[in-house]
Amino acid sequence: MLLTKAQITELEQKARKLRYLIVEMVSVGKQGHIGGSCSIADVMAVLYFHKMKHDPLRPNWPDRDRLLLSKGHAALVQYAALAECGYFSREHLATLKQTGSILQGHPDMLKTPGIEANTGSLGQGLSIACGMAMAGKLDRKDYRVFCVLGDGEIAEGQIWEASMAAGFYKLDNLTAILDKNGIQATGPVAERFDTNPHREKWLACGWHVIETDGHRVGEIDLALNEAEKIHNRPTLIIAHTVKGKGVPFAEDTAAFHNGIMDQAQYEQALECLKR
Amino acid sequence: MSQQNCRKVYGETLLDLGGKDSRIVVLEADLSKSTMTTLFQEAFPERFFEMGIAEQNMVSTAAGLAISGKIPFVNSFAVFSTGRVYDQIRQSVCLGKVNVKIIGSSCGLSDFGDGATHQSIEDVGLMRLIPNMTVLAPVDGNETRRAVEAAVDYNGPVYIRINRNDMPDITSVDDVFTIGEPGMVRDGSDIVVFANGYMVWKALLAAASLEKQGVSVRVVNVSSLKPVNGQSIREMARGMKGIVTIEEHTLVNGLGSIVLDLFRGNPLRIETLGIPDVFGQSAPGYEELLRHYGLDESAVIRSVEKILS
Repeated sequence: MLLTKAQITELEQKARKLRYLIVEMVSVGKQGHIGGSCSIADVMAVLYFHKMKHDPLRPNWPDRDRLLLSKGHAALVQYAALAECGYFSREHLATLKQTGSILQGHPDMLKTPGIEANTGSLGQGLSIACGMAMAGKLDRKDYRVFCVLGDGEIAEGQIWEASMAAGFYKLDNLTAILDKNGIQATGPVAERFDTNPHREKWLACGWHVIETDGHRVGEIDLALNEAEKIHNRPTLIIAHTVKGKGVPFAEDTAAFHNGIMDQAQYEQALECLKR
Repeated sequence: MSQQNCRKVYGETLLDLGGKDSRIVVLEADLSKSTMTTLFQEAFPERFFEMGIAEQNMVSTAAGLAISGKIPFVNSFAVFSTGRVYDQIRQSVCLGKVNVKIIGSSCGLSDFGDGATHQSIEDVGLMRLIPNMTVLAPVDGNETRRAVEAAVDYNGPVYIRINRNDMPDITSVDDVFTIGEPGMVRDGSDIVVFANGYMVWKALLAAASLEKQGVSVRVVNVSSLKPVNGQSIREMARGMKGIVTIEEHTLVNGLGSIVLDLFRGNPLRIETLGIPDVFGQSAPGYEELLRHYGLDESAVIRSVEKILS
């Protein structure tokens, strides 16, 4: 079923809210992974506020859908979503990366309610997601597992081990989303270390592949719906995105992969994202 | 002297436990005929996952299974199930204290023919470095069974080192195994030898020989290398004239290091036997290779004599 106009507007507002919270969390004069968090914000909004079956009051509910950020450095967007859903109080966002905080620089399942695994050492999240999908099949549960990958990250060899395994074990309860923002820490993926072509590689590993605009919530939703209907194959959604989307000075640049905002930039970013 | 093959006992134990507990799942990287998980595979094919020759994915996949309530056993040769996947064990498993059991088969020099690439003499050190990890090195078939049972009962990451070859029975089937506790296998009053794995047998041979010379040697099996009850170790050295340690492992961050740490500042003389800072090599036989690296009863005897001289 297509999203209604009202739903689309609501999800767009949620995505804007997530970006606002990301900028607020990073604040002035501190390093933060703004670029890769903002590029995936629309996908995260559709997943957390529409698509996924989950319950903030029962983070360990066995039948919940799971979402892992294999590109763990985008934790900011997941923290924003979890707080917005009510997994923990919004006040925690201000403690990001402080000593003793429940919000670490990378996702930590022991510290943060709603975080499913420890990810951030790149290349491992997809394998963990495979294990969760395999457990779901063993237990005959119908939960789905979502895993967000970076297009720089997939240079890691373990990703391709996991990709082959997911194809071999026909993990159709697994959907990976490739945040194809085209930029890794030190520059454009195509120039630094080209992981393309993406579609062909994942098809060869036995996946169903869908390409979508990663900033249009209606299209993201359609892609997720399609993935759900595919049997005997995992699905990769290649989400074409812009790094730093929504924060003008951070868009399409490696400078804000893990950048620092000055006061003027901070105010400009919040101004763009309020409404 | 009765003997059992630890790999075979491991495979049989997994089969028994798998029948009692449906949470147990097994992951393999194309070595199931060597690690003996084929027994589990035949009985419970739906809970056995061949992950291909791709150990990194195997370990992180096991983490995902464990987070979802399974008790996964990850299998490979010790050199691959620790060193090759160190980061996966650190990040996917131990950081979240995830309930994954890692099996290091063909540990130490026990795969004598394949040489340095397949011999694992750093695995205990590597695994001991990681917070939340438990490290076990059972001494014989009976203890292998109990260590695997203890690993299932314990909720958290466990590494178990398993020898490739037949091992003499040193403990009995009804001995108690407690993670963290060393066990005395022979009492004596002059010198205490702390050993683990097959080296316990070497220490017992040395003790029998020294007894004829009037030297009384106590032999302690330290099969739990993390955690280790330091108080128990100190107790067992009380009143002794010296300590000898012997391990089929590099001298870095293994049993010798544990004992040296525990007795820092203590005037007791300590001799540590193990493999120096070198790689292993191929040899026509296990015993020959052990002898080459000074891991035999005569080395223990020499160390004891050195302390007493």
